[in-house]
Amino acid sequence: MKKILACIDGIGTLSEAVCDTAAWASATLQAPLSLLHVLDRREFPTEDETSLSGTIGLGARESLLQELAELDAKRAKLVREQGRVMLAAALERAQQDGAFEPTTLQRHDDFVTSLQELQGETRLLILGKGSKGDALGVHIEPTVRALHRPILLTDKALVDPKRFLLAFDGSATSRKALQMVADSPLLKGAACSLVMVGPSTYDTSKELEAAEKLLCDAGFEVDAKLLAGEADEVIIEQLKAQRADLLVMGAYGHSRIRQLLVGSTTSTLVRRSPVPLLLLR
Amino acid sequence: MNPSLHYNWFSNIRGDILSGLVVALALIPEAIAFSIIAGVDPKVGLYASFCIAVITAFAGGRPGMISAATGAMALLMVTLVREHGLEYLLAATLLTGIFQIIAGYLHLGSLMRFVSRSVVTGFVNALAILIFMAQLPELIDVTWHVYAMTAAGLFIIYTFPLLTNKIPSPLVCILVLTAVAMALGLDIRTVGDMGELPDALPIFLWPDVPLNLETLWIILPYSLPLAVVGLLESLMTATIVDELTDTPSDKNRECKGQGLANIGAGLFGGMAGCAMIGQSVINVKSGGRTRLSTLIAGVVLLILVVFLDEWVSQIPMAALVAVMIMVSIGTFSWDSLINMRKYPMSTNIVMLVTVVVVVFTHNLAFGVFAGVLLAALFFANKIGQFLFIGKSETAQNEVTYNVVGQVFFSSSDKFIAAFDFKADLDRVVIDLSRAHFWDITAVSALDKVVLKFRREGIEVEVIGMNEASATIVDRFAVHDKPDAIDELMGH
Repeated sequence: MKKILACIDGIGTLSEAVCDTAAWASATLQAPLSLLHVLDRREFPTEDETSLSGTIGLGARESLLQELAELDAKRAKLVREQGRVMLAAALERAQQDGAFEPTTLQRHDDFVTSLQELQGETRLLILGKGSKGDALGVHIEPTVRALHRPILLTDKALVDPKRFLLAFDGSATSRKALQMVADSPLLKGAACSLVMVGPSTYDTSKELEAAEKLLCDAGFEVDAKLLAGEADEVIIEQLKAQRADLLVMGAYGHSRIRQLLVGSTTSTLVRRSPVPLLLLR
Repeated sequence: MNPSLHYNWFSNIRGDILSGLVVALALIPEAIAFSIIAGVDPKVGLYASFCIAVITAFAGGRPGMISAATGAMALLMVTLVREHGLEYLLAATLLTGIFQIIAGYLHLGSLMRFVSRSVVTGFVNALAILIFMAQLPELIDVTWHVYAMTAAGLFIIYTFPLLTNKIPSPLVCILVLTAVAMALGLDIRTVGDMGELPDALPIFLWPDVPLNLETLWIILPYSLPLAVVGLLESLMTATIVDELTDTPSDKNRECKGQGLANIGAGLFGGMAGCAMIGQSVINVKSGGRTRLSTLIAGVVLLILVVFLDEWVSQIPMAALVAVMIMVSIGTFSWDSLINMRKYPMSTNIVMLVTVVVVVFTHNLAFGVFAGVLLAALFFANKIGQFLFIGKSETAQNEVTYNVVGQVFFSSSDKFIAAFDFKADLDRVVIDLSRAHFWDITAVSALDKVVLKFRREGIEVEVIGMNEASATIVDRFAVHDKPDAIDELMGH
């Protein structure tokens, strides 16, 4: 059975938010919840007490290898214990929240690589927003680009959202996102604000109408809007105006090259959105 | 921020900046010493070290590895510089870079899997010996002052870290020896006597050589070994850094990075270089892990040399010799001497042959080639012993031979010798279900066996050839084809 994978990295409000959200999602979808913590050695800084003597003597390589291996071993034990404590705390919280069959998993690996390995059995991935003072952090964009699974980014507990905003632009990515929302039981019962940003032409209004019909047929209460302006500005404004609890959108539909030149709406929205995001690829 | 950017550059800023500074200081004496080996002005080695370090910081495949002008490369260019001059060296450096980039695109980095551990050990030891031997000219036919200075330098290098390990002791050695030499007015050789030092930033210069075939034939015999040795040392160093830091590296990107770095060096008036085992170990030991450490090392090196050229020229050669002896001692794998007792003789022979060939030819590529060849022969010999042929009487006048193991060029004689052709039999069954035929030597051995039995009037049946053996036998064997005898006799 495919699982809900929630990434835990620490103890605190962010991890609790991830736990709560994950518990809701697993209970709603009746999918087992797996709480994952990844230990990446590259996160370890080098010792402050590093020798700067610049000398290498007899057997320098052998002794250095031994020294570094011992240091890594010591740290690995420490972070593994920390990780277990984190996961135990998260598991307890998830159980209290009534998650469906929660379990924990700890891996020594690169973060994105371990997610890719688990991709086959993942139904939905839940990540905390941001790290190191940036809402996008270092992991979110590569994770979203590397995985082909829905990803829920959150910094606060999302439980039974009343209203979600679906950003639609008529692209292949967003049409796929639309279909996934219509097919999934996750958001059933929530009202949908369908927002399309673009010029009000015959084609765009036709596309919006078709999208609205698809959602209505799936049983959603839909309020569709075609608005002009900068996509990210309009979406942020609408999120606030309509008091949506969640932003749903297709993510990184464009290449890295284009992103380098014109920037990415996805990255901007991850940074600026006041509510959790569900990114669909 | 992108995680690859983060992990490659900014995940260990403090450690990388400090280690970069330590390495920059250690690179200066090395670059000068290697320029002297190659017979060019110290500025050629210093510009090369700057260009190579900076370019590999961006283009290399192994973060935290230090590349610059090296002794292994310098030794290969001695005759080119002596007979044709610096401009031809720069042209050869460019061509070396082109070869290395091609090697990167052809994924030749993966050929490193044929280089066994004992060859790597031999390579490293040979390199240490070459670096040490290159210092000898500075220690022959000199006054006692030089010996005293060198000994004092080594003493400082090894004992100063006991006092504090926050200041690089090679730097202290150089500062103290320079001060002593200047204060006492000793008449000993200094770096300034060895040639021109850089007084400005390197500038872009196309090598001043005629662009014709004649030039190509002059530089080609140097560029090829330079490219090979550069890649060998770089990939081996990358493996060592991989092992020390327990992180992976991209070997083919490293090949291309080295090529780009050499092209850059050639265009900015530097000699060819590659990764340095000693400096990379110093970098890791000092806390360097990412590309930032390599970049800092290159940039600081240039700044120091350009602004301090007056002072650098006063450094006595004895101080450099002391630093280089330290590098050669640190590069040598002492464990390999201890391990010789417990390792099999064939491993030791491969290591020693690699060392001996390098020391005599001054070319690391020949040593590695000899080592790899020998290791392959030893391996073929060992695998050839995995062949057993059992014989049992399965019926009246019928014998079944059970062949178990590997049949190939080295074991085919043993295969043939195991059959008794002169026995009084009607029928022979050769059961190959647990054997493997690797090459046409093995196939022709089987042919020979079958035909020999037939000529004795004994009927032969070959059974149980597995799929892999069957393919090669089908393709090359003659015994199962109608005109078998004629064809075999025709040879």
